[in-house]
Amino acid sequence: MQSYIDALIQNIGILQQVPPLIIYTAAILLGCAVVFGYISVVAMIMIYAERKVAGHMQSRYGPMRVGPHGILQSVADSIKLLLKEDTVPDKAHRFLFKLAPLLVFAGAFVPFAVLPFSEHLVISRMNIGIFYILSLAAIEVIGVIMAGWASGSKWSLYGGMRLAAQMVSYEIPMALAVLTVVAFSGHLGLHEITHAQGKWPWEWFASPLKSPFTAVGFVVFYIAGLASTKRLPFDLPEAESELVAGFHTEYSGMRFAYFFIGEYTAMYVVCAATAVLFLGGWNGPFPGVVNMLGKTFFLLFVMIWLRWTLPRLRIDQVIFVCLKVLLPISLICVIGAALQAVLF
Amino acid sequence: MGNVVFAIIFYALVVMVLVSAVAAAFLRNIVMAAFALFFTLLGMAGFYVLLGADFLAITQVVVYVGGILILLLFGVLLTHRSIETLELETRGTYVLGIFGGLLVYGVLHYFLFSVSWPTPLMKPLEPTTAAIGQLLLSKYLLPFEVSSVTLLIALIGAAYLVRRRDT
Repeated sequence: MQSYIDALIQNIGILQQVPPLIIYTAAILLGCAVVFGYISVVAMIMIYAERKVAGHMQSRYGPMRVGPHGILQSVADSIKLLLKEDTVPDKAHRFLFKLAPLLVFAGAFVPFAVLPFSEHLVISRMNIGIFYILSLAAIEVIGVIMAGWASGSKWSLYGGMRLAAQMVSYEIPMALAVLTVVAFSGHLGLHEITHAQGKWPWEWFASPLKSPFTAVGFVVFYIAGLASTKRLPFDLPEAESELVAGFHTEYSGMRFAYFFIGEYTAMYVVCAATAVLFLGGWNGPFPGVVNMLGKTFFLLFVMIWLRWTLPRLRIDQVIFVCLKVLLPISLICVIGAALQAVLF
Repeated sequence: MGNVVFAIIFYALVVMVLVSAVAAAFLRNIVMAAFALFFTLLGMAGFYVLLGADFLAITQVVVYVGGILILLLFGVLLTHRSIETLELETRGTYVLGIFGGLLVYGVLHYFLFSVSWPTPLMKPLEPTTAAIGQLLLSKYLLPFEVSSVTLLIALIGAAYLVRRRDT
């Protein structure tokens, strides 16, 4: 990214008279604005797609009134959210109540710094990219616990506590599944991991032909990703039928919208990370960006598909799946992948 | 240019860490103190980035924010009511607090002035991960293994404590 800016400065005469500090700051802010715009649009499309897919899976139409086939429904919803009154409950802790949505959103937003859209379209080629993405989940968890506690409501607190238990558990199989890939690529950077995979599906880490251990790791990572983004069957933190809306029960208007966009952005990040780690990233028969976005949106569709297919688990079942099923499987996969990487 | 940016980021982090650390130490509400600690730990990760220790910075976030702080919050929220109604400050806790604080300060003071601190200002970021891995598996193999066995014992102990007692 910095090289692009330097090239710009050298080629455009006027920019050479402006202090570089201002140019870099402007470039950073512009980059943030572009990413923000992108994830807002993606979240709007995702929300529309979710309602449409849900409708068709349940033999109904979904939104139909606003625009042809309800295509402007998300726009109407956004305007509604912007105009809604911003309420803070009496028992809430005002400062933390207002800070929490921002933390959740920030935690979902910052991984875009390392997510590659194609070979060259990436903000930072950090050499520990995937480790960085995994670590940022922590910020989101803190935000959700903060929202749950600061709301001053029992439903919210239960939601926050459930998420804490769930996230702390599922981080472990998720990180171990990443390790299976790292054993082969020998590198934590997303670029190097993508380069370790080929153009065709049997050269990706998700293929049992490449390695059976990373293929299992792919499934483990995706399931743990579902849990960490609070998607069904792991949406205990917001479980409408028990907890009203879980940790964001008391939020309205834009503050609620931050949680909403944050959730869909986190889903996007998990799917994009899965695509890079296990499905070859931008490799494939089409131009890089098309491959990457195609894989990401396919995985997002599968997430929606699962949500409208599976029932919700109980909290003890959620923890059981993690600690007694996914954890042993992923441990075996790490050992197997390490042996295969060393011996073959 | 680089030094200006470095100074801005450094002092912003200093303010963030100091303010949140003081808040964590002096806030009456224990949940608030835990949330203040979040910003302290995040700021420390920022210092590691400034010093070019990228792997250490991310590890700081994973271990302290993602692990220890969430467990801390979990414990605090589970026992929230009982702690809030307790009278926490007695003369005994003051004496113990001052004594413990001085002890920690003494240890920190010793290391602060007995070690020479290299300051790689604005050195281009180099990957440190591979070097750390090699050192852990060669020079520091024994401490590494001892700490991992200690953690394993802790895990087994935790599983033993929460086992189902129906035999």
